[in-house]
Amino acid sequence: MIIAEEKPIKEILAMIEGYDKIIVAGCKGCVTVCSTGGEKEVGILASALRLARQTQGKSLETREITLERQCDTEYFEPLREIIDSYPAVLSLACGAGIQFLAEKFRKIPILPAVNTQFIGVTEEQGVWTERCQACGNCVLDRTGGICPVSRCSKSLFNGPCGGSKNGKCEIDPQVECGWQLIYDRMKELGQLEKLEEPMPIKDWSTSRDGGPRKRVREDLKI
Amino acid sequence: MKSGSRLEKLLAGGHFVVTGELGPPKGADVAVVEKKANLLKGNVDSINVTDNQTAIVRMSSIAVSALLIRMGLEPNMQMVCRDRNRIAMQSDIFGAYALGIRNILCLSGDHQKFGNHPTAKNVFDLDSIQLIQTVKKMRDEHKVLGGDEIEGAPQMFIGAAANPFADPFEYRVVRLAKKAKAGVDFIQTQCIYDMDKFERFMKMVRDRGLHEKIYMLAGVTPLKSVGMAKYMKEKVAGMEVPDEIIERMRKAGKEKAREEGLNICVEQIQRLRQIPGVHGIHLMAIEWEDAVHGIVERAGLLPRPEIN
Repeated sequence: MIIAEEKPIKEILAMIEGYDKIIVAGCKGCVTVCSTGGEKEVGILASALRLARQTQGKSLETREITLERQCDTEYFEPLREIIDSYPAVLSLACGAGIQFLAEKFRKIPILPAVNTQFIGVTEEQGVWTERCQACGNCVLDRTGGICPVSRCSKSLFNGPCGGSKNGKCEIDPQVECGWQLIYDRMKELGQLEKLEEPMPIKDWSTSRDGGPRKRVREDLKI
Repeated sequence: MKSGSRLEKLLAGGHFVVTGELGPPKGADVAVVEKKANLLKGNVDSINVTDNQTAIVRMSSIAVSALLIRMGLEPNMQMVCRDRNRIAMQSDIFGAYALGIRNILCLSGDHQKFGNHPTAKNVFDLDSIQLIQTVKKMRDEHKVLGGDEIEGAPQMFIGAAANPFADPFEYRVVRLAKKAKAGVDFIQTQCIYDMDKFERFMKMVRDRGLHEKIYMLAGVTPLKSVGMAKYMKEKVAGMEVPDEIIERMRKAGKEKAREEGLNICVEQIQRLRQIPGVHGIHLMAIEWEDAVHGIVERAGLLPRPEIN
């Protein structure tokens, strides 16, 4: 799923400065699962903002709403019904959801309440870690199911570099060396010989480097 | 001859080579380069010029390499994958060759987190092994990566690094073999303090026959103090300093620490010369260039051989 984190409340307050009412819009997709932008967090953020305004001697009216998904127009109707009465929307969805709202509701600003971080997993309760950078050309079959692009701090394809020590990455003793993980996994699988050949130079055009990406399934189009 | 560089000629001629290292200034002051270079002159066969090492912005390795050539010295230009994509690197390789640079050391590069611009975006379009492949393709196939023909191929002597002390230990020689497959001509290792471990590494190198395919230069760095020894052991990733070395530095006391550091360095070089498959040393006297002459002389490696 897509992992996001709350923006600092000060930053959000500066963003909504000048508005006396606002829609706080959550999303029931990824940001709900990672406890950043679901119904519960919408409630918490809205009351925190109202409280902060109160301490400034000002008021803020908040309208809380949580859409099924902000990345799909199919679920935009509940927002469409109320949006004309408000001067701005504060969205707790990922960057894709925020942008999609902004594209479809063009009269008022759609503001980000979260920072979208990465595609990751719930490693344990309250801990999410990155697994994929959506490079568009998966090599997991060659690396024991561990991604060198997202797990190695330098995205090396022929690691580990000289900074791998005791399984940790040189950038931080808390960060695991992606290539140590790959090595250990390939050893477990009895496939170490696969790491003997240099990995070819990567075609990054399937990644962000090729420009904004698009996928079309003609058979699904109406 | 692949490049005809002094370094290549000496290695091909069977000489035990000595390479040095010069860290460019954090600015445009040529005098800093000249001062360090003069201390290395006559004591080493080729001088590594670091490329923004530890991700600290310095004078470019191409420019400093060109300055060394002007002074009559031979550079070994380091190039890291952190800061440039394949377009910029190939362009710089053309330019470097045009300026007379004949040796290139292909490195991944320290992560920018360690430097003075930790908020920078890194590149790593290629990694060090892929950079070796790139330079080899340019040199031997006269083509850039995209496949276009080159007008004047850069005939570079291709080097890379190896760190026998990083983990996983048993994979280190495999990674070295990958560099050989990619087309590397010579290797310079990380600073060695744990000689026993290095000997184990070299045995693995010989078992794979790599010492007959590539030239191995063993890295040495004289210790200045017990503090430096401890720092390297504890803080520098991929560096091992045995307790006995730290103990020797401690026993020497503050006043004689540098002298003991030099003693250890000379002893190491003498032992390294005995290891089959070691073709030379890479002496990195970091900000201690005036120690180089004494070390090389005491190790019995002066005068450096003349070549045509």
